[in-house]
Amino acid sequence: MTITEPVLLGGIRRLVTLTVDGTEVRVPEGATILDAMPDGDTPTLCWAPNLNPINACRVCVVEVEGSRVLVPSCARKAEDGMVVNTDSERVRHSRRMVLELLASSTDMSQASPDVQRWMDEYGVDAERYGPPAPPADDRDTRHAGHHHTPDGTTAETVAQPVKIDNDLYVRDYSRCIMCYKCVKACGTDAQFTFAISAAGRGFDARIATEMNNPLPDSACVYCGNCIGVCPTGALKSVSEHELREAGDWHPEEETVTTTICSFCGVGCNLELHVQQGQIVNVTSPSDHSVTHGHLCIKGRFGFQHVQNLPEERRG
Amino acid sequence: MDLRLSDAVASPAVQEAVAAVLAEHTRATGDVVREHAYFTDSGHAARDRRHLLLPALHAVMDAEGWISPGALNHLARVLSVPPADVYGVATFYAMLVVEPRAPHVVHVCDDIACGPNGGEEIAARLTTELGPEGKGDDACWVRSPCLGLCERAPAVLLQRAGRPDVSIAPATAEAATAELAAPVEERPAADRAFDDTSVSVPQTAGDRAGLRLLRRIGLVDPESVDDYRAHGGYTALRRAVELGPTRVIKEVTDSALTGRGGAAFPTGVKWDGVARAPERPHYLVCNADESEPGTFKDRVLMESDPFGLVEAMTIAGYATGCERGYLYIRGEYPLATRRLQHAIEAARARGYLGADVLGAGFTFDIELRRGAGAYICGEETALLNSLEGLRGEPRNKPPFPSVKGLFGKPTVINNVETLYNVLEVLAVGGPAFASIGGDRSTGTKLFCVAGAVSTPGVYEVDFGTTLRELLMLAGGVRGELRAVLLGGAAGGFVTPDQLDVPLTLEGTRGIGATLGSGVVLAIDTAADVPAMLRRIAAFFRDESCGQCVPCRVGTVRQEEALARLVRGAPLGSRATELALLDDLAKVMQDASICGLGHTAPAAVKSALALGLLDPPTSTNGRAR
Ligand SMILES: Cc1cc2nc3c(=O)[nH]c(=O)nc-3n(C[C@H](O)[C@H](O)[C@H](O)COP(=O)(O)O)c2cc1C
Ligand code: SF4
Ligand code: SF4
Ligand code: SF4
Ligand code: FES
Ligand code: FES
Repeated sequence: MTITEPVLLGGIRRLVTLTVDGTEVRVPEGATILDAMPDGDTPTLCWAPNLNPINACRVCVVEVEGSRVLVPSCARKAEDGMVVNTDSERVRHSRRMVLELLASSTDMSQASPDVQRWMDEYGVDAERYGPPAPPADDRDTRHAGHHHTPDGTTAETVAQPVKIDNDLYVRDYSRCIMCYKCVKACGTDAQFTFAISAAGRGFDARIATEMNNPLPDSACVYCGNCIGVCPTGALKSVSEHELREAGDWHPEEETVTTTICSFCGVGCNLELHVQQGQIVNVTSPSDHSVTHGHLCIKGRFGFQHVQNLPEERRG
Repeated sequence: MDLRLSDAVASPAVQEAVAAVLAEHTRATGDVVREHAYFTDSGHAARDRRHLLLPALHAVMDAEGWISPGALNHLARVLSVPPADVYGVATFYAMLVVEPRAPHVVHVCDDIACGPNGGEEIAARLTTELGPEGKGDDACWVRSPCLGLCERAPAVLLQRAGRPDVSIAPATAEAATAELAAPVEERPAADRAFDDTSVSVPQTAGDRAGLRLLRRIGLVDPESVDDYRAHGGYTALRRAVELGPTRVIKEVTDSALTGRGGAAFPTGVKWDGVARAPERPHYLVCNADESEPGTFKDRVLMESDPFGLVEAMTIAGYATGCERGYLYIRGEYPLATRRLQHAIEAARARGYLGADVLGAGFTFDIELRRGAGAYICGEETALLNSLEGLRGEPRNKPPFPSVKGLFGKPTVINNVETLYNVLEVLAVGGPAFASIGGDRSTGTKLFCVAGAVSTPGVYEVDFGTTLRELLMLAGGVRGELRAVLLGGAAGGFVTPDQLDVPLTLEGTRGIGATLGSGVVLAIDTAADVPAMLRRIAAFFRDESCGQCVPCRVGTVRQEEALARLVRGAPLGSRATELALLDDLAKVMQDASICGLGHTAPAAVKSALALGLLDPPTSTNGRAR
């Protein structure tokens, strides 16, 4: 997207002019470099339109003249006179390596098709770090500043058992890339419940409730907003998890029906994701002015009563 | 929003300990801490308590030896912090534990100076005496990265619930177990070993010529404000008050003083920026987190001349319009912490801190905060987050701390050594200070000389002294020199043919090296360089905060690849491993958020470039 006309977002804002890959681009003051990207196909993982920039994954880095290191396009504000290069050798290398390091340590198989495409385009070779180490059962209790010295025969991963401790959603942290989106969605950026936090440090960092309590013993209210922002399928509804486990998951057949939630008077837009005549997930568009993509437990999970399923397929 | 907490209840001892932290904060600062059973993430009421989380976690550790579920609930309630956040913060720090552990813990340094110099023997002996690492009922031992006592290697730290922590160095397993069994004393016996300052600062045993920053060390009583004054203390502050804030900053700018914390940023520019910032309040932070392996200069200054830092911080606060300074000291420095705590109290009692400092009409006070075992908290924005009671994860820059720092306010952050230099700038004047050395390297510099030299210790020399001269000052190299690790784990190696490099920012850059935090670790031909590199790679893997992918996963892959290379078991060929390491180095340097990731591959890269990791046949050839 090239923004050449003034974009008025709630009041008149000054425009700043920067150069992106040799082309002059004008964006409103306060916009990020990502907002100014011409083709809209910068890889992003920890960024989401409905969250404040998190700046953790570093897959969106670009070269800015005068800066010794690469800068995160999702978080850095555009400045007048900035000269940005999004496709230099350095940029391509860092993007490839970020994706490759993630793919070598995390199960990315349920990340979006965009992610799969970026991995292809940047030439990711996750296998060159050696065979993946077997799943670990101690990832929730590792102590900061201590690890077992590796001999390098296998590549350490975050593989671990799936956490299923409630009826509504599962936490499959073998797929977690530590993008912090769920933490932000649960906390300051949407839900203000603060049920989960990043815990531990370094490669042993993880998303956790206090003392690793099961979700029913935590502050979680099952709004599912963390699921809504998770980019890799680490967090997903029990219905999706079970269908996938049963080999009965068919995204290619999925239809999406838009409706309005009838539980209360707020008027949240709902998108009902339907496979084989069954609602499998409920989301809300991130650009919707009421929800910004976030819902509550009723809109997210309260769809059982509209399912008109044959007896044998009811839960 | 109400907190949702489990039924677990804190013991009376924990409740008392936490209450004491709040009471102490109120006593020392006059801040009133309200206790609410609600929390908001951003409200002022919550912010004015959350910053007490780390001190409160320390207090719980001291009361019970671990953070129990009941203690966690209690902290959440009293400080209005979500319990998941308390957990996230507690699990970030190596000195805090959230599972039951023996109340007395011996942290055994197995890092670059100690590991090969007795540290591993201590670990082995303690395994016999106390059990495997981390196991034991009453006492246990754990490995530790550099404890900042390298000149006295090998070092251990005793972290003890219910009694003061102590360092022992040089240590033996026997000394550690004896101290565990020793009766509680007002003044820990182990501290007395540090009374002879000539061990850490050999220059104080000689004629003291050229000592400026170290001038008072060994002469002044670190526990007496009167003695400090008798040795010239508080003349710099009086001079500053005579000059007024603007001219103090001008002197500092004229001195061309650059930060000694590693980034070498001009101090005058930093001070000027904060002094002019319209937003109030301004904050001062002294970075005393010194955790770079091989670094111990700040510890020595603080242990032996604590009032100097209190005075220097007061000058910095006066010049930049800060009424409050935070002194963030690494958690593994018990003696320096005790001395500074005492110095702050004594200065306050005499009117050198508080509402009307020196009767000169300005307010300045200092709050001491302890880190809890996290190298990354030395990175300035991670330090700010740690002070605010958050995980010590670096922030995205810009904005820089001088614009948006502690609690979002303009903040000056300076290293300990940088601040001691300010006393010298005021004593001699900016231009005279700048006449020593040149360019951006003016004044004197402290170096942490350790490893294979006859007399390890902190040495103060003029900028421009050569590496060879510095090694001679430390009694020369023991054995045959193979290389020198310059700048610490984040620095790189120099070889015996480069010893004439002038020790300046410019001179070291000229040979592709860095001064970093002033580490000069001499390595002889008997040393196991591959093992040292693996320790450095393990250090970065342990100390990465884990926030960004290049560093979080890159440090793991670097350690694995290095392990294969050193074992002579490459995946593919040696060449593919070298290419892999190079690819990792590039992404860590280019795309990491902070300096930890940027420098994590530095030592490995440097060792490879200099052939220090070549297969045995060729290394022998090079070493001779
Ligand atoms: C990983 C990391 C660790 C650091 N540790 C320290 C430290 O322990 N002490 C320190 O003064 N500066 C440390 N720094 C540098 C600080 O970020 C900052 O530049 C410094 O405190 C500024 O003070 P100065 O200008 O007086 O040097 C560290 C930087 C990084 C990236
Ligand atoms: S479901 Fe809602 S409340 Fe529960 S962890 Fe996710 S975002 Fe937080
Ligand atoms: S669970 Fe998902 S949203 Fe949360 S940090 Fe992991 S990948 Fe990101
Ligand atoms: S570079 Fe390393 S230490 Fe720094 S923010 Fe990234 S993960 Fe954390
Ligand atoms: S998308 Fe920009 S850092 Fe993750
Ligand atoms: S104290 Fe052991 S290496 Fe520094």
